[in-house]
Amino acid sequence: MISVRGISKRFGSHQALDGVELEVPEGTVQGLLGPNGAGKTTTVRVLTTLLQPDSGDAFVAGRSVTDEGHEVRQRLGVSGQYAAVDEKLTGFENLTMVGELYGMRRRDAKARARELLRDFRLDDVPDDKRAGAYSGGMRRRLDLAGAIVARPPVVILDEPTTGLDPRGRRDTWDAIESLASGGTTVLLTTQYLEEADQLADSIAVIDGGRIIAEGTAGELKTRTGGARVDVVLTPGSDVALAVDAVRRAGHDATVDVRSGRLTVGAGGGSRDLVDIVGALHAVGIDATEAALRQPTLDEVFLQLTGATAEADATDASGDDATGASGPSGADASGRTRPEAVGGPLGPAPVAAAGPVEVER
Amino acid sequence: MSVAGVLRDGRVIARRNMLGVRRTPGALVTGVAQPIIFVMILGFVFADALGGDNYRQFLIGGILAQTLTFNSSFTAVYLAKDLQTGLIDRFRALPMSRVGVILGRTTSDLMTNLISIVVVIACGLVIGWRVESDLVSVLLTGGLLLLYAFATSWIGAFIALTARSVEVAQSLGLLWLFPVCFISGAFVSADMLPGPLRVVAEWNPVTAVATAVRDGFGNQPPASFEVAQGWPADNALLYATLCCVGIIAIFAPIAVAQYRSISKR
Repeated sequence: MISVRGISKRFGSHQALDGVELEVPEGTVQGLLGPNGAGKTTTVRVLTTLLQPDSGDAFVAGRSVTDEGHEVRQRLGVSGQYAAVDEKLTGFENLTMVGELYGMRRRDAKARARELLRDFRLDDVPDDKRAGAYSGGMRRRLDLAGAIVARPPVVILDEPTTGLDPRGRRDTWDAIESLASGGTTVLLTTQYLEEADQLADSIAVIDGGRIIAEGTAGELKTRTGGARVDVVLTPGSDVALAVDAVRRAGHDATVDVRSGRLTVGAGGGSRDLVDIVGALHAVGIDATEAALRQPTLDEVFLQLTGATAEADATDASGDDATGASGPSGADASGRTRPEAVGGPLGPAPVAAAGPVEVER
Repeated sequence: MSVAGVLRDGRVIARRNMLGVRRTPGALVTGVAQPIIFVMILGFVFADALGGDNYRQFLIGGILAQTLTFNSSFTAVYLAKDLQTGLIDRFRALPMSRVGVILGRTTSDLMTNLISIVVVIACGLVIGWRVESDLVSVLLTGGLLLLYAFATSWIGAFIALTARSVEVAQSLGLLWLFPVCFISGAFVSADMLPGPLRVVAEWNPVTAVATAVRDGFGNQPPASFEVAQGWPADNALLYATLCCVGIIAIFAPIAVAQYRSISKR
């Protein structure tokens, strides 16, 4: 339903898109996941005919975005990163206007607007309340409703929950889920991995203007080395010693200095868990917690985009080249890593301890 | 996109714009206060040096031309604001006419201009200005004023779509107004200006509109004023109309071209 074929776009010296390829089958939800500056919004702008690619083409419902812009726009609903609703109009007026601009008759547009306000639970506000007085979540729902006024077969949502509070995000998720269950093909960009995991049938990871990985959430997790073991050391433990012990047992460890928590790659599952706890025990370090778990999408994401490479210059197995070349790596780590709180003290003790990954 | 489609979309956008203007009447303060201030300053501060009551008869045509020129900055600011808030992107992603967005703006801004015209005329009546012609002339003059307002609005639209931010649109949209309005016959006779400026003023569309409006309302210049000579002065209504058509013919296509080429990152 959406077919992106090798689109490239350069802004001055910045290669925003570098041959993006993507296929979205009819009736599925495709997540496009990437840090700020990865090329998500540029991809969306090409697909919505707002921007001409330098090369390549994309097809929405069989129509070319470069040659058949008007036809594409007729088959497409768009909801932007910044909810583009008219603040001076009421929700009803906003939706009626969009309906009319899709070519609906005024009476039909009004009926459709009423229906959507009900569906998106926007009908319990006073009739004369302007969109400018809506909460962030309501505004986003209104924008989303605007995207489907004309019941388009394809809907593109650019970071639909960025900047929303948890409640607003959950409401928006519900709205997207009900949209998808109605058979609409959805392309959704996000920098929240949880969101892609929750909503998307398939996830494409974009970084530096290229699709660097694709698959279901489960596939992406398996691809990046399987399970992890989290170990929380007893307070006052020698972190460097612990890392060294785990490494000698043959496991890569990441340490969050602030919480004293070790995250260890454990492709061998429970066997590795026993192994790791044993190695720590052997050097006299006790854990207050030790648990085997699947990697989070954050870890998958960071591994794929190489964002950790900036901090693990000493990690023999690290792929420094990829990490350093990712223009947005630092941005991504700041935005998406829940543990990214360390600060300048982070790397020092660990660097002394030898080759480990450090989460700053 | 058919002509009917363009007009339809233009009407939808115009309706939306007018709702917006109605709900933020504060934005109209400039449109109302500015002509009042100009009428009062020129009508009282300078009038006595320039011919007293007779100058006040002469003045109103000039203020109308100047006010409608200044009002083009409303178009520039409103449109730049829609660009900045992402609303234009929303429109551009809809299967609607691209001319429609701008046409809706320039059409709805006629409303603002109409208010300004009424304010200037009311101020004029207060300071002793009078209409000294027949109904047909008055109606023709009203038509010319609206046409001119519509034309300058397209200049404002072009400025907004070139500037792309409210701040730049605001300053660019104001900057050109002063030379254009003051190197003209709006406030004094064009033939009272020095050397080359006189030629500029004689052919300046602002002069043509001001002169045509004075002719239409039957207002005479003060006896001390040099009477403007030449083809534009003798055929003010025709020349003013041609100017309006010319402005639209130039600025509508380039504004639409700018609209098409917008690719904010």
